[in-house]
Amino acid sequence: MTDADWGTLSNQAVAAAAVVYFLALLAHVVEWSSLRQVDKARVLVGAGAASTETAQAPSQGPPEVAERAGVRVAMFGRLGLLLTGIAVAIHFVALLSRGMSADPNRVPWGNMYEFTLAGTFVVAALYLVMSRRYALDWLGPVVVIFVLALLMVAAVWLYDPTGPLPEALNSYWLVIHVVSAITATGAFTLGGMTSAAYLLKRRRGPDAPQTGLWARVPSLEKLDLISYRIHAFGFPIWTFAVLITGPIWAHQAWSSYWNWDPKEVWAFITWVVYAAYLHARTTAGWRGRNAALLALVGTLTLWFNFIGINYFSSSSQHSYAGASAPIGQVDR
Amino acid sequence: MTATDTKPTAPAPERRSGELNVRELLRWTWRQLTSMRIALILLLMLALAAVPGSLVPQERVDSLKASEWKDQHETLTPIYEKLGIFNVYGSPWFAAIYILLVVSLLGCIVPRTFVYWRGLRAQPPAAPRNLTRLPSHASYATTESADAVLERARAVLARKRYRLRRAAGTGAEVGTVSAERGYLRELGNLVFHLAVLVVLVGFAIGTLFGYKGGVILVQGTPFGNNLTQYDDFVPGSLFDPDGMDPFSFTVNKFDVEWLTSGPRAGMARGFNADLTYTEDRGGPEKSYDLRVNHPLKIGSTELFLIGHGYAPVVTVRDGDGNIAASGPVPFLPMGPDLFSFGVIKAQDAKPGQIGLEGYFYPTFASVDGTPVNLGGNDVNPLLSLNVYTGDLNMDSGAGQSVYTLDKSRTTPVKGDDGKPLRLNLTPGETVQLPNGLGSVSFDKVVSWQRIQISQSPGKDIALLGVVLALLGLMGSLFIRSRRVWLRVTENDDGTVVEIAALDRSGGADTDAVLSGLVAALQSDRPSDREEPS
Repeated sequence: MTDADWGTLSNQAVAAAAVVYFLALLAHVVEWSSLRQVDKARVLVGAGAASTETAQAPSQGPPEVAERAGVRVAMFGRLGLLLTGIAVAIHFVALLSRGMSADPNRVPWGNMYEFTLAGTFVVAALYLVMSRRYALDWLGPVVVIFVLALLMVAAVWLYDPTGPLPEALNSYWLVIHVVSAITATGAFTLGGMTSAAYLLKRRRGPDAPQTGLWARVPSLEKLDLISYRIHAFGFPIWTFAVLITGPIWAHQAWSSYWNWDPKEVWAFITWVVYAAYLHARTTAGWRGRNAALLALVGTLTLWFNFIGINYFSSSSQHSYAGASAPIGQVDR
Repeated sequence: MTATDTKPTAPAPERRSGELNVRELLRWTWRQLTSMRIALILLLMLALAAVPGSLVPQERVDSLKASEWKDQHETLTPIYEKLGIFNVYGSPWFAAIYILLVVSLLGCIVPRTFVYWRGLRAQPPAAPRNLTRLPSHASYATTESADAVLERARAVLARKRYRLRRAAGTGAEVGTVSAERGYLRELGNLVFHLAVLVVLVGFAIGTLFGYKGGVILVQGTPFGNNLTQYDDFVPGSLFDPDGMDPFSFTVNKFDVEWLTSGPRAGMARGFNADLTYTEDRGGPEKSYDLRVNHPLKIGSTELFLIGHGYAPVVTVRDGDGNIAASGPVPFLPMGPDLFSFGVIKAQDAKPGQIGLEGYFYPTFASVDGTPVNLGGNDVNPLLSLNVYTGDLNMDSGAGQSVYTLDKSRTTPVKGDDGKPLRLNLTPGETVQLPNGLGSVSFDKVVSWQRIQISQSPGKDIALLGVVLALLGLMGSLFIRSRRVWLRVTENDDGTVVEIAALDRSGGADTDAVLSGLVAALQSDRPSDREEPS
């Protein structure tokens, strides 16, 4: 295959992955709507059985309705997960062929389009890995919508034909630094989602009816714990990416290991916010709601740094948009 | 915390409420400062304070961008200057936040280190009187004797690397086992926080004793490492110029590969500056291929290739035919295609000083009469200059940049058509200036390289600090610290075993730990294998 063929394959795979993500989303939507039917059946039981004091058990209801709906929920839930798995596989093909389309072949994260492609892949893949361990299947629709939206942003606004790497990126640190940064980004993004779920569920209050989707979202304590574990997984990796590999590479390429470059500053801000999150979880008066808010702030700073700062700041040496100054900048 | 009964925590009755003497005020301030809540607020303030520096160009990061920004914002600039917005990370208020944070960190970590040290040598605490009051507990009945259960519990817990409290035969402790594990968690926590200080020390050493300088060197020009040779030089406040490494080097050859096709056509790559250097005066000559991402280390100094451009070699002859200026003049690139701007000054020219100012096109083309630059490779070089004569104001005493022309006391030289004269020169071409001013020859073009030279002492300390911090962080996040207690009581029906677990790290699944322990205790029945004693 020629480089151009690989490039075409990559673009087609991105489109195909987006379609399959969309199908996964549809499956989850059916799953949701079926959940409502389970609830309706439950409500019917509750109303009918109020006098006989045997409320709340869905299996006792108009059993056939609840059972059918229950089967459908399970089926479409599994289907959604399966489709997400297929989409992630195609997503991987897109990344791989993107790397193959470059001459010389390289890792597929050399510009914003490729970062976004790789970042969304990590989010979806981490979701698949963690969904079993932390029972995250309820998060499926959110993850799929997020990945789909960012893939569209990447394809519409960020697309850039494959080219060779700018000289400064041509280093093995590109593999170590960017893989760790993107992995941590994926984990923090998932953690942001669970923290948002925590806040929403908390807002509903303890007495709100646990119906539909909310019935599947774990308890507040459990959500808090899941969020913490995801963040605890991401934080050391982020530390490694931002405070170890980043400075080492910066020292090699730009002569000083910490330049207060806007990208560095925001990576540092993100680090501080997540450090505050970890502290807040053990501080009276801050655990729970405030910690979850901090996690959300962290997610925002993270994504602002990932995409936003490139458009706000012109002086960043990390600005990958278009061609940059010859090697570094001649600042005189 | 420890004994507080010697001092009144509430003000004595005869004093008005809220009234504190100096000592109490200090203590109150210290308590506040070292509290977790204030530490959190300081962390958030640090994050917030770092923001403006990423939005407004910083003088110490990019002085050119900063001065451009100042020119564009006339009203904001004086306010920002007072607030230190152009040097956020060196400003007093930024320093105030991180210094308070360090004090808070020390105030928290030092006492905790002592507590940890005592805890490390202490026995695991005795079992609480009522194990069922702990949130995570279990119990089961067995026909075994109490001693057998205790014996095995100690064995099981020891195997799971719990530290056991010495069996005490007195009082309420009879028939109990106390165990604790995960001591490394707090150690990791302490190491992380102390390592942050190590990083700060390393960073401070670099900022105080290091330097960063840059020089634009025309190919073939030797560079000897001393202050006068630098174009720009940013020393740390305690930097000692006598400690500079006495090396010298020359760039002999510079290679660059220009992409001519594909989506990145026009991009340059494969920069390689072939240089020879000597580490000491009179030392042996060595050679090195200086490339991006591959700095050269000489002694404690490092050299980086960070830019390149073109230097037209121009000879200016004055009205008497004498050479008034000659040699390569670096032109500064305006963009990645190396379309460059520069000036040439001939102050010795007679009858009048001659100043040239204009652009260099590496690949010149004329599209419908408009001059354009097609790329950075010097395929069709062209020098396009305006000519000024008069007083270049170079004797005024004030330092003048070699990249700007002071035109305040000059007049533009006009051509025959009455318009300002523009010289368009290709290599080898010579043009006579009007009015007997002289002539300008564009001999050839050579390349220049921008070399960044820096000394960053303390960087290994900083690196060691972050690596330690990461290790400590992982210990404090992933090591579980928990206590387990077990109590056996014999009654008429047999033996009742109560067991409880307490997770000190928060958020762990103690119930799973507990059921695992119960299973381990029950599966190790002596019916399966003989107890050794």
